[in-house]
Amino acid sequence: MLDFTAVVPSIPYILKGIGVTLQIVIGATIIGMVLGILLALCKIGKITALKLVADFYTSIFRGTPLVLQLMIIYYAIPQLFDVNIDPMPAAILAFGLNSGAYISEIIRGGINAVDRGQQEASLALGISYAKMMKDIILPQAMKNIMPALMNEFITLNKESAIVTVIGALDIMRRAYVVGGSSYHYLEALMIAGVIYYIMTLILTFLGKKLEKRMSRSD
Amino acid sequence: MIKVENLHKSFGNNEVLKGISTEIKEKEVIAIIGPSGSGKSTFLRCINLLEEPTNGVITIGKDIVTDKRTNIMKVRENVGMVFQHFHLFPHKTVLENLIYAPMNVQGVSKKQAIEIADELLRKVGLFEKRDEYPNRLSGGQKQRVAIARALAMNPSVMLFDEPTSALDPEMVKEVLAVMKTLADSGMTMVIVTHEMNFAREVADRILFLDAGQLVEDTPPAQFFTEPKSARAKEFLEKVL
Repeated sequence: MLDFTAVVPSIPYILKGIGVTLQIVIGATIIGMVLGILLALCKIGKITALKLVADFYTSIFRGTPLVLQLMIIYYAIPQLFDVNIDPMPAAILAFGLNSGAYISEIIRGGINAVDRGQQEASLALGISYAKMMKDIILPQAMKNIMPALMNEFITLNKESAIVTVIGALDIMRRAYVVGGSSYHYLEALMIAGVIYYIMTLILTFLGKKLEKRMSRSD
Repeated sequence: MIKVENLHKSFGNNEVLKGISTEIKEKEVIAIIGPSGSGKSTFLRCINLLEEPTNGVITIGKDIVTDKRTNIMKVRENVGMVFQHFHLFPHKTVLENLIYAPMNVQGVSKKQAIEIADELLRKVGLFEKRDEYPNRLSGGQKQRVAIARALAMNPSVMLFDEPTSALDPEMVKEVLAVMKTLADSGMTMVIVTHEMNFAREVADRILFLDAGQLVEDTPPAQFFTEPKSARAKEFLEKVL
């Protein structure tokens, strides 16, 4: 039978995990976006070496399990460089590097979907490549790919739950701990589920709002 | 002002321009006409190196455009271009479209850029649209904004690539009127067009291209009444 009374006192403890999860997601999003844009620029650029590096990077991070990448970063860094890395920075780094690979593909597609005439008009006006990308092409690409990017952030928000394997105290880990100490795993996990679900709803809502704001020039 | 010598351009095995030479003087208005696929647009696009010539030399003023050492970005500041499909920046307002390049390429102050933009918008009759986004404008209005955007850089020559071909018939006039005013003001213009009446009325010379060759280079009065070549005759019979 379901009995929530045993886990109710621990709800604030689980809720504190929201902050941890958000830290990971926001940190990873920032790394992922910056990396994604850089990789995308390498992929569409004319320098073959950069293109190959970017393609290789993407194929590695898309071709191996995220949980593996997470554990490699968490365990390998201390072993190779003789420095300790806490679960949180390890998680942010792993998710950021991983999400950069996916975001770069989304952005590459978005850039390619921008009308070629935009580039020609920029060239004809003498606008430099860097400024053209920053002010003309990327803003239009971003608008087109907003739905796909939001999707990526929502996935990131949920997938962040696997940091539990390296012991970061996120929502998932806390629910698991509460489940273990109270012997009511199901109830604790259900609470975690509700929290993730509500976070996803909020992210979806914010994404819709942002999309609307960005389409004011339509 | 512009000198083209033995210009060749191939796309793969397809030779689109087969050795074109001509000279365009300051304040001249040149209309380039010819059947589709004759290489008109490619010729125009070679002038500011949107297409890289396979062979030949193009000089604009003192700059040898086809010389790899020439800073082509610098040359382009001086060469305005208007496209068939406008290519306005859709995420920027009309005013922002006009001030972006002067501010970011030429380093003009925002205040001054806006002053220039406002004046140009008045000239093309679209001052009241300055804060609209391009998608809210008609085709004719977009093209007039595109002309103003190119003029905002204060170019010494303007290239037009079929500026009215994508427009609904009732909007062609307003764009041609702006171009006529520009021609009357002494701007050097090179216009690829299918508007024969406009070419006859405004151009100083007609360049007739066919199959990648410059077949005829004559004043409009002569071209439209007694063209020298059989190919031009044939073409005019079809279009007039």
